[in-house]
Amino acid sequence: MSQSDQSQETTEPDSFQDPGVPYHRPRLSDKDPKAAKRAERQVAAMFGISILGTVIAIWAYFGLHDMGEDVESIQQTNTVIGIGVMLAMFGIGWGAIHWAKTLMRDHEMVEERHELRSSDESRAGAIQNLKDGVEDSGIGASKEGVPRRGLLKGSLITAMLVAPLALLVPQIGNMGGDWNVGLLRHTMWKKGTRLARDPDGTPIKASDVTIGSAFHVIPEGLNEMGHGKLEAKAKAIVLMVRLDPRDLTIQPGREDWSFDGIVAYSKVCTHVGCPVALYEQQTHHLLCPCHQSTFDVSDGAKVVFGPAKRPLPQLPIAVDDEGYIIAKSDFDEPVGPSYWDRLKTPDGDLTPEEGSH
Amino acid sequence: MKSLAKKRYHKAAPLMLVLLLLAAITGVAAVTTSSPATAATQVSEDDVAQGEKLFAANCATCHGMDAQGQEDIAPSLVGVGAAAVDFQVGTGRMPMQMSGPQARAKAPQFDQDQIDQLAGYVASLGAGPTVPTAEQVDGSLGDPANGMELFRTNCAMCHGSVGGGGALTQGKYAPSLWATTPTHIYEAMLTGPQSMPVFNNANISSEGKRDVIAYLEEQRQPSPGGLKLGAIGPVAEGFWAWLVGIGLIIASTVWVGARSS
Repeated sequence: MSQSDQSQETTEPDSFQDPGVPYHRPRLSDKDPKAAKRAERQVAAMFGISILGTVIAIWAYFGLHDMGEDVESIQQTNTVIGIGVMLAMFGIGWGAIHWAKTLMRDHEMVEERHELRSSDESRAGAIQNLKDGVEDSGIGASKEGVPRRGLLKGSLITAMLVAPLALLVPQIGNMGGDWNVGLLRHTMWKKGTRLARDPDGTPIKASDVTIGSAFHVIPEGLNEMGHGKLEAKAKAIVLMVRLDPRDLTIQPGREDWSFDGIVAYSKVCTHVGCPVALYEQQTHHLLCPCHQSTFDVSDGAKVVFGPAKRPLPQLPIAVDDEGYIIAKSDFDEPVGPSYWDRLKTPDGDLTPEEGSH
Repeated sequence: MKSLAKKRYHKAAPLMLVLLLLAAITGVAAVTTSSPATAATQVSEDDVAQGEKLFAANCATCHGMDAQGQEDIAPSLVGVGAAAVDFQVGTGRMPMQMSGPQARAKAPQFDQDQIDQLAGYVASLGAGPTVPTAEQVDGSLGDPANGMELFRTNCAMCHGSVGGGGALTQGKYAPSLWATTPTHIYEAMLTGPQSMPVFNNANISSEGKRDVIAYLEEQRQPSPGGLKLGAIGPVAEGFWAWLVGIGLIIASTVWVGARSS
């Protein structure tokens, strides 16, 4: 209170004035014994709730246990045990804090901060300790009575340089056994590979694909692969749909890539590679669930919304003598998101003919 | 009303608002539909005639007197088959009460006999998928493990991994499948209603469809972990974590730090 008087007298204080501790305001339980008694009962009730919670949890564990082993009774038992444990724990904390706030001695305390800077003596002592240590080790200039430790110095430096490899080598090694980026350019599809159903791998006849149908497609023979099956599947997955041919806008240069309204597109989003598979058969929009990129299947799978930059790569298809749908080649561009050197090959730019080998 | 207006300033009012908001979110997430199960029945010529009358009175405004449809208003119904009618009318999606991003499921407007008559009439216009038999949709005869593989490949991207439903573009959505009858699930796969693609029997065989039904019936059991929050994924769970979880922590912290009166 005295501080406020002071500030009125001095017009411009030299430094920030200590405002002191706030005015002490007694609590209800300090002034009124009835309120104190009430607070005591409240705290006791909170601890009582904790005890009740413990009883509920133990009762739920034993008492509810013989209700059955089905999911519904497990859910009920877990829920009641959980509520019991929550009350048991929360009641103790609740009561303890209420006790401290209402009934324990209410007085302001001042705790002085000490200076952060150490004294000059201890600073000088610390520096001297470091210097003595360097001298005793014999790493620096030779001193009387201390032998030079050239071997130890060399081996310590070597050990420190080599030690990070113990962490780095397994880390880098686990990033992938194969560093051949060229593998991203090609998928399992090649001329004559039949389009097969995911997951069972049976080939699909063109007559199976009625208008409005959506087929999730893998290359025939993928399921027979041993090593590398999932990597191959991740690149080769395709969504095949059949539209009314009147709704389909054929892209220039791709006149023979579809068959009577049947089109097949890579299912790997060109944004960051999520599987794009939410096909709306009325609008022919294909939605990616990760970032809402939307592709128009009726118009070359061009991007109509969202962050993707390129249309989905189209798989050229035809029908073989037995009526099964086959691929005419691999995709003519790398599937999925962009990466460095995406459109470069050792021989130059990627062309559809090169994509098929 | 005056006392209510005064309570606006009550200190618990924000908490009540948050709780009400949460209740509303949970309620919307749990929108359910239910309709009676159907079985394939024989339709007589009399039924077809009755169906034609019902069609003229309830459907022809949009689909046309001859069910040929109208450009940009309603599709032709020639060749859609009895299964499409049983699904659309049986789930209350048709007759449509208002236009919108998609027709919503509601309480069916007709009883099962009338639906069968309508289906019989539409089926008489051109051959199409028929209503499945009780055996074809009996989930207890299916293999839920195979159904899960089929569902994950063909359905989960829209309907969610356990059939809780999910959002599509521009107000359209894939509905939850927990309350849909097995017959309607089968018919939806067979006919591809609205945005949904067709999964004919050459794509997912009749047995495969039954396996999918078996898998979905497994998901109707309560979750051992407690509240599912509609099983629509991380958005609903995030709402609870941020509003309820962090809200309680902040409320407790404020209470611990507040001075006793």
